[in-house]
Amino acid sequence: MPESLLVRIEDLHKSFPGVHALKGARFDLRPGEVHALMGENGAGKSTLMKVLAGIYTRDSGTVLLDGQPIDIHTPHQAQKLGIGIIHQELNLMNHLTAAQNVFIGREPKGLMGLFLDEKKLNDDTAKLLAMLKVDVDPKTLIGGLTVAKQQMVEIAKALSFESRVLIMDEPTAALNDAEIDELFRIIRELKAKGVGIVYISHKMDELKRISDRVTVMRDGEYVGTLNTQEATMEQVISMMVGRPLQNYVRKDQNMDANPVALEVKGLNRGRALRDINFKLRQGEILGFAGLMGAGRTEVARAVFGADPVDSGEILVKGKKVTVKIPRDAVQAGIGYLSEDRKRYGLALGMDVQANTVMATIGRFLHLGTFLKKKPMADVAEKYINTLSIKTPSQEQLLKFLSGGNQQKVVIAKWLLRDCDILFFDEPTRGIDVGAKFEIYKLIQDLATQGKAIVMISSELPEVLRLSHRIVVMCEGRITGELSAAEATQERIMHLATLRSAAM
Amino acid sequence: MNTVIKNLFSAKARQKVLAFASLVLMIVIFAVLSPNFFQMDNLISIMLSTAVTGVLGIAVTFVIITGGIDLAIGTLMTLTAVMAGVFIGYWNLPIWLGVLAAMATGAVAGTISGVLVAKLKLPPFIATMGIMMIAKGLSLVISGAKPIYFTKYEGYNSISNGSFIDFSFLVPGLIIPNAVVIFFGVGIVSSIILNKTVLGRYTFGLGSNEEAVRLSGVNVDRWKVAIYALAGAIVGIAGILISSRLNSAQPALGQGYELDAIAAAVIGGVSLSGGEGTILGTIIGAFIMSVLINGLRILSVPQEWQTVVSGLIVIFAVYMDILRRRK
Repeated sequence: MPESLLVRIEDLHKSFPGVHALKGARFDLRPGEVHALMGENGAGKSTLMKVLAGIYTRDSGTVLLDGQPIDIHTPHQAQKLGIGIIHQELNLMNHLTAAQNVFIGREPKGLMGLFLDEKKLNDDTAKLLAMLKVDVDPKTLIGGLTVAKQQMVEIAKALSFESRVLIMDEPTAALNDAEIDELFRIIRELKAKGVGIVYISHKMDELKRISDRVTVMRDGEYVGTLNTQEATMEQVISMMVGRPLQNYVRKDQNMDANPVALEVKGLNRGRALRDINFKLRQGEILGFAGLMGAGRTEVARAVFGADPVDSGEILVKGKKVTVKIPRDAVQAGIGYLSEDRKRYGLALGMDVQANTVMATIGRFLHLGTFLKKKPMADVAEKYINTLSIKTPSQEQLLKFLSGGNQQKVVIAKWLLRDCDILFFDEPTRGIDVGAKFEIYKLIQDLATQGKAIVMISSELPEVLRLSHRIVVMCEGRITGELSAAEATQERIMHLATLRSAAM
Repeated sequence: MNTVIKNLFSAKARQKVLAFASLVLMIVIFAVLSPNFFQMDNLISIMLSTAVTGVLGIAVTFVIITGGIDLAIGTLMTLTAVMAGVFIGYWNLPIWLGVLAAMATGAVAGTISGVLVAKLKLPPFIATMGIMMIAKGLSLVISGAKPIYFTKYEGYNSISNGSFIDFSFLVPGLIIPNAVVIFFGVGIVSSIILNKTVLGRYTFGLGSNEEAVRLSGVNVDRWKVAIYALAGAIVGIAGILISSRLNSAQPALGQGYELDAIAAAVIGGVSLSGGEGTILGTIIGAFIMSVLINGLRILSVPQEWQTVVSGLIVIFAVYMDILRRRK
């Protein structure tokens, strides 16, 4: 019944220099449904949606809107046809107000068409926001709002085009549970109004809650479409990776017998960290769970000397160490793999070899000045092999590697620095499903070799899968500790929402 | 009026308030240190010397808010002055038409910078550095490396040095030169453009997140060219002001003015990373620079040291801005 379809995309092809990104992709969308689009990074989901939103122009294929073929070349045309997109990395202007952002490019004009009509701008925005029941003042600067509120403003912007098709690319990536509930409330309201929503996400539990159908893509091709209620996680993942995944079985080892590698006592930093105490043993993977902003990253940064602390002691292998700056931590054998590896972990414009030896360059110098080429090449080669970093050569620039392989280079860097204590902060963020499992295996191997590992992750299945022990945080405090045997998603969530008022 | 007061206390305006407070403090200190400083003719001379840098600062403020930079404004000012000489002196155009033609010259050069930046994707630093050198060379070529005098055209000199605002009957010596009036006029009009028009909105938008503006369906390239062209036209006004004040177009002058103008903008709180800035801030910044130079001169500080102090002020102002932002 094609006439009841809002959007139908058939046999779409799109190539970029060197990449055939879409090979006969298909997709359709009914009015008033949430249609999830899944696939690994690079599967072509975002490319497909960017074609629909006019950001890319297709090479061949048909796009039908209400059964009529359409030809979109610019975002502007797409907007006029009622197709709106909310990008994963929000596209807002932080220095402008909410209202100015919503109507950028379509400012209402007053006097002689020369001057802006600020009043109408703010009034119209207020109406839109009220319709969404979002509590944001049109006159506040976007930069001062939370990510969740910014996203609501983006949605208001898309609606101001009278969008009938709304594409959302990983909208919950930076939201906490309450904010996700709020987003879903808005999505349901839009559904009721007949808006068709394309929902790109990796989180299966979310899709179960909000979506009606799931379409899976792989390597730029259409794999299949399922009704969400009937689909299982395993089914979808195997469609995404093209093979059934072997499920990892956690070894419930007790690490209590191992010597303590790191002990943190009474760490305090303003309101961000309050009385943090924990022990980490050799060979142990200690998971840190909690909601966004619970203070997990802050713990890592404080231990690593990246942020000043008010009080607290750090003991490495039983000896007290003073960590004031990251250099002290590194010398004590502590490595920190940032959640934002592109910003804090890597020099993207430099090659694999240079990044690998970045933290240990002093070892590769003649007369303290000249670089020793051969030893650097040897050591880089060693890590490319042992961590199976997929790169055509050592001279490949980091920016051309996939997220998973970039992460491995960061790991190589810290391993070379002889770090025995490693803090992994969201180690699989932005990494394909397939590559995620490789990173998991690598982290486990490191633990088996006797490294002590702290793993911070917002993905509970990941924490549950890897950790020997799990520490849960909420609002800067540790609210509980669970052994692998005791830990369940429900228990962790209970501890993660244990606010101080209730204690 | 209410919003004006609210703006005064907003975080955005803090740098402006800070800058204004430093300006007042500086004036008080100099007035205490030297009785000659607070003389009416000295104050007028400060205003007069601020006019040119101030107008250039306003021009570059637009470009800096987009996240760009314009190094060409100094020598382009000279080129527009030389062209004014050509239009009025050689072609015998009426003065008003010569003035418009000089502004048009600036706008054309600005358009070229804009096309280089927006369409050919050259980094603004490089594109405008190229234009800076071209403008410098052309000024010398066109003028034959000799000054062009406007002495024959009496009205021209009074554009800057004349005065239709004469308050000497109220306060002795309070005769505001036209250059200063034009400077403030440019400031007011620019402020309106920046805050009340679409062009101004996109100026901030481009500096804040260019990609977001583009994805909102705005023809980003065209607006960027327009902003550089507007800056060029304002530079044309500076060219008229300086040549009228000197009653000649001096082809060797100009280089270095761009850095004073950028310094004025930065002291006034215009962010070099784009998205932030005000015309009033830049005007205050320009006054800080010239009050400082004037005060030091009155205190007989050697010129070399005046330059050193200006450098320190720029560094200090930007550091204060960084401290403010860190909070």
